[in-house]
Amino acid sequence: MTITTSPRRAPRLLQPTVVVALLVMVIGAPFWLVLATASKTQGEALNPNLALPTHWRLWGNIAQASDKGEIGRALLGSAVVVIPAVIGVLVFGSMAAWIFGRRNGRGTAVLYGIGISGVLVPPAVVTVVLVLRQLHLAGTQVGMIGVYMGMYLSTVIFFITGFVRTIPIELEEAARVDGAGPARVFFRIILPLLGPVIATCTILITLFAWNDVFYAFFALGGGKNTTMPLNLFKVASTALYTNAWNLIFSYVILTSLPLVLLFSVAQRKIISGITSGAVK
Amino acid sequence: MTELTQNRTHAQAPAGAKARAKARREGGSPHPWYFIVPAFAVLGVFFVLPTLFNFVYPFTTWSAFTPVIKYAGLENFRSVVADGTLFSALKITLTYAAVVAVLQNLFGLLLALLLERDTFLNRVARVFFFFPVLISALAAGYIFQALLKPNGAFNQVLGFVLGHDVSTAWLGSTTWTIVVVSLVHAWKWMGLSMLVYLAGLKSVPGDVVEAARIDGASRWQVFRHVKFPLLAPAVTFNAATALLGTMNGFDIVQATTAGGPARSTEVLNIFIFRTFGSGLYAQATTMSLVLFLVVVILAVPVVTYLRHREKVLG
Repeated sequence: MTITTSPRRAPRLLQPTVVVALLVMVIGAPFWLVLATASKTQGEALNPNLALPTHWRLWGNIAQASDKGEIGRALLGSAVVVIPAVIGVLVFGSMAAWIFGRRNGRGTAVLYGIGISGVLVPPAVVTVVLVLRQLHLAGTQVGMIGVYMGMYLSTVIFFITGFVRTIPIELEEAARVDGAGPARVFFRIILPLLGPVIATCTILITLFAWNDVFYAFFALGGGKNTTMPLNLFKVASTALYTNAWNLIFSYVILTSLPLVLLFSVAQRKIISGITSGAVK
Repeated sequence: MTELTQNRTHAQAPAGAKARAKARREGGSPHPWYFIVPAFAVLGVFFVLPTLFNFVYPFTTWSAFTPVIKYAGLENFRSVVADGTLFSALKITLTYAAVVAVLQNLFGLLLALLLERDTFLNRVARVFFFFPVLISALAAGYIFQALLKPNGAFNQVLGFVLGHDVSTAWLGSTTWTIVVVSLVHAWKWMGLSMLVYLAGLKSVPGDVVEAARIDGASRWQVFRHVKFPLLAPAVTFNAATALLGTMNGFDIVQATTAGGPARSTEVLNIFIFRTFGSGLYAQATTMSLVLFLVVVILAVPVVTYLRHREKVLG
């Protein structure tokens, strides 16, 4: 008996030890570096390390960084671009996905192929600038929304088409017999049933678009409109010359806060949303 | 499962035909094509059109310095091949993508196996391991730029453990820094892979695992012969998204090394960003076309898989 219980008891103590050790080293240390350095004076922060700050001046640094990085304008700029883009891809994407999930035939397959091509293929980031200039949308938030929608529509169409096929068509037919047209069937019957997959898409696309800096460089580049990652890049690029790591990490805290807070509030839903949609 | 699906299709066929016939009588399909128009208008303007232009402008003199765009033949391709940029950028990008795909999956799988049971500690740990996914990749890059300095925190801890001073410049090697940056990328995204693997593990039936254990299978045997085969879809999904996502990577490389030292970590998107910034638009779009073609070539096996997955879902 002792032979069978001892290898079982050992992992019971071992597993939590390993988990805590990994958490401290892999997650704790990097995030402590951010918090500690963001709380230090510039002199102390020249060489960022894990030591405690001698004087805590986190609020002072945060205030200075948010002033330099125009945090209010950046937050607003990000929200104005990301929220309409996410809503837009979800509505347009699920409308198209409904048709693709219900129709068959060669034409449908070809159009569906074009519709989901962006899941794999990278956007043509340089010539997108050309298109934006011709449409007089270069540097504008409308142009940025268009670029994000064009990039992420494919992902939405792909995920939702698969989900639509699992919804019994009888539900639609019942409504149709009662005289409902396609718009009514879609918005009243199909859209409400897409909840779980829409949750997955919302989380993933918000994560990608909110944290994007590469495409924002090209679509917004140099103009008066900005986003939080663009301003983080700007703040860091100047602060790196003077090794003002306290300011860089203060701004890192500021830019990370919105999603971290959102995640803390809806942590259970977000985790189950990602896991239920990604692997079936 | 297949039987069920077939039954459903048989049962719905006449009903579907009836509804379609009714719709035809009333002069419209129940699933009209105009529902795809908004999505395809946006896709057409902001995705397909730039992609088509991407096949034209690499063959021109387009730049910030020439007022008129002229045909240039293969000049742009010749110049990126001649100075070795094309092959070095391709090699670096593919190395980066492959190393990240392997490490991110390995870390994600190990975390998922470690945190598989639903204990309180494991739940909390899952949330914290997901934190790096939430922060911007740029921020993650700056954190590791600071951590990995020769006199940075990582070397301090290492020195403490080893008992002597360590001052390795982790981001200063023309050979190994690309691997270090790949590690940072894997750290940033391992939480997402972990969640996908946890979902995969949840789909493994408990009685099968129990039966294997009663038959005397060791922990490793249960994993290797029961759980791992059932995780195959999660592995493919994670590997494909990591591989193709990293081909398109930019932020982490920019924030840790900005392509250095000596351009040894300059992936395609860093080159595109740099040349675009200096006004050489045609050269930037040449590399953008190269990236497009490489991803398409790599994507063929991936598309095959997605088609398969779709059938399973349908």
